[in-house]
Amino acid sequence: MELWRSALDPWGQEVLTGISWDLMWAAVIVGLGFAAAHAVWAKWLAPAESASTGGGSGAAGLPAQILRHAMSERVFHWAMSVAMLVLLVTAFLPIMGIQFAWVTIHWIAGVALTLMIVYHIVHATFVQDFWAIWVGRADIKTGMAELSHMIGRNGTEVPKAPKYPIDHKMFHHAAAVSSLAAIVTGIYMMLRIDTPSWIPVIGGPAEPYALLTEGQWGIMYIVHGVSGVALIALVITHIYFAIRPDKWWITKSMIYGFISRDKYVENFDPDLWPVPGADTAPQEEELVPAGVGASLGVGESGAPEAAPEPEDSGYGDSSSDYERASEVGGLDLGASAGAGESGAPEAAPEPEDSGYGDSSGDDGRASESGDLD
Amino acid sequence: MAVIRDMIPAFELFQPTSAEDAIERLIEHGDEGWVLAGGMDSFDWWKERVKRPTAVVDLANVDELRGVRVTADGVEIGAMTTLTEVAKHPELLANYSVLTDAAVQIATPQIRNRGTIAGNLAQDTRCWYYRGGWPCYRAGGNTCYASAPTAMNREHAIIGTSRCVAVSPSDSAPALIALDAQFVIQGSGGERVVDAEDFFMRPSVDIERMTILEPGELLTAIRIPSTWAGATFYYEKVEDRRAWDFALMTVASAMRISGGVIQEVRLAANGAAPYPMRLSDSERIVQGEAPSDALGRQAGEVAVQDAQPLRHNDYKVPLLSNLVRRAVRGTVA
Repeated sequence: MELWRSALDPWGQEVLTGISWDLMWAAVIVGLGFAAAHAVWAKWLAPAESASTGGGSGAAGLPAQILRHAMSERVFHWAMSVAMLVLLVTAFLPIMGIQFAWVTIHWIAGVALTLMIVYHIVHATFVQDFWAIWVGRADIKTGMAELSHMIGRNGTEVPKAPKYPIDHKMFHHAAAVSSLAAIVTGIYMMLRIDTPSWIPVIGGPAEPYALLTEGQWGIMYIVHGVSGVALIALVITHIYFAIRPDKWWITKSMIYGFISRDKYVENFDPDLWPVPGADTAPQEEELVPAGVGASLGVGESGAPEAAPEPEDSGYGDSSSDYERASEVGGLDLGASAGAGESGAPEAAPEPEDSGYGDSSGDDGRASESGDLD
Repeated sequence: MAVIRDMIPAFELFQPTSAEDAIERLIEHGDEGWVLAGGMDSFDWWKERVKRPTAVVDLANVDELRGVRVTADGVEIGAMTTLTEVAKHPELLANYSVLTDAAVQIATPQIRNRGTIAGNLAQDTRCWYYRGGWPCYRAGGNTCYASAPTAMNREHAIIGTSRCVAVSPSDSAPALIALDAQFVIQGSGGERVVDAEDFFMRPSVDIERMTILEPGELLTAIRIPSTWAGATFYYEKVEDRRAWDFALMTVASAMRISGGVIQEVRLAANGAAPYPMRLSDSERIVQGEAPSDALGRQAGEVAVQDAQPLRHNDYKVPLLSNLVRRAVRGTVA
């Protein structure tokens, strides 16, 4: 198998022209092979669930549905997915022998993806918790424990995850590096094709010799190609996990925004991913009023208390979760904490329809506890 | 050390006597196979050692691919019919003169005696960067040397480019597009028939091929329907010399004129785009109108509306516009 393609330039020197397309098939095989291997492992070889540790585990005080992805994040994710799939299809189907006019579609999708990534970087930096996606010492510790558990050391206790488990973070970083490399080289490559002049900087007629020497252009094509085939493998594995039945709950959260209280308790450490307004620290069950309104902690005075400050977990500042939560009415702190003018807590607002069924059940459950009044 | 190019690299030669055998050999060798018809384009490639096929299928002995046959629905021209035969065939001269006008202007008498109609259609581009063995897009690289600011691109395309700006050198192609001809292709998947204008590959779809022929496929015949028999035709070829040269641009038209009005029309040009192109927008302008110079001018302006000339070929913009104008005006009789 060859790794790259080269040709003799007009001066008889060998120059790189791009990656070998064998790598495209290698990426397909790697992606599908990983998915198949994982499926076999999960079906027949995976050890029993470990006794996860860490953080409060009580469900009391939690809303029935917990916001995981705000609307803006979901729209970004799916828009980016469409752009990414269009880019991969237009890049690689012609190489596989399915011929169509792909160049224009490809660069338009590339420009769209670039704009989305720029939005994401700005949004993640200034609106979301920028550090929540970075891998810290605690992540590595958790990852090692998870790995030990996966290879059969059943006694290993696996700490519960923060909002973004380490495998999610690592996928994010791999996809981010590949995408950014493809974008940077792709923007350069747009100089070599005819594009509308109104596109800033790179628009206009093709300039095949712009900026770089022929050898440097070869490197551009190599980096673009390597990024592309890496994204093939990453997208295959991502889709594989998204459609696994045992992962549907997290896939659905990227559609509807929410995960269930049970999944939250089962998988996440409330200290590392605190739910806005919820008091999930282990405590006497009977003292914790269930339901949304109760979970927002009305003090003796009747005034809403501030949400508990999580201890430094090594996973970064999770306070911005509160900001994200405020994007949807259902978990809006100000509204749901809602102490009325009288000092009495108001009824909690109804969460948005999450697609998990009739949300009015929340009220029912709250009423059953009898603690909303 | 100087490159010695007095010998053609070795290849395995097959000389089948039937199209079926020829196709079998082509399928067997796939990408490494090469169809030898008249050899007018092939030998240049081999002598320059830019193309190095390992197997050559010579069609010289395949008699079934030769000759012009009058059919119930028009005319069928075998792929190996020489350009001289096409230019002199009585039926073609009588009813499809746009094709004979094109054929008689191709290259030289000697070349027309050897060159075939299919070879003229399927020949490779004359872009000298590509033919010189430079690693351009069409050769599998990632650069178009011809569209560089200092490139020699006087003969290259002004419309329909996508990275590659090389043009098809076929003179007969626009005439066959104007005649609404169909091309018969045989290969491992059996026979398929495509419209003439769809036979030529757009660089936006596959930048490394001039035609839609896949490895293992053979263009076996050209069918011209009787639809346009005896219509009003126009063909013009513009070249640097008066004769014996590749075209800078060609235009061909077929029209049905009744009561002084153009009832039906097909217009095509070559040398403007990387592929022989049908001028559908210009056709819409003239259809249903009385042919005139003003109408021709209008059709010509429409033909060049998407033109993006390179540094040295902006003359092709008025050239195409004027050729279309003359094609429309030339039908006034």
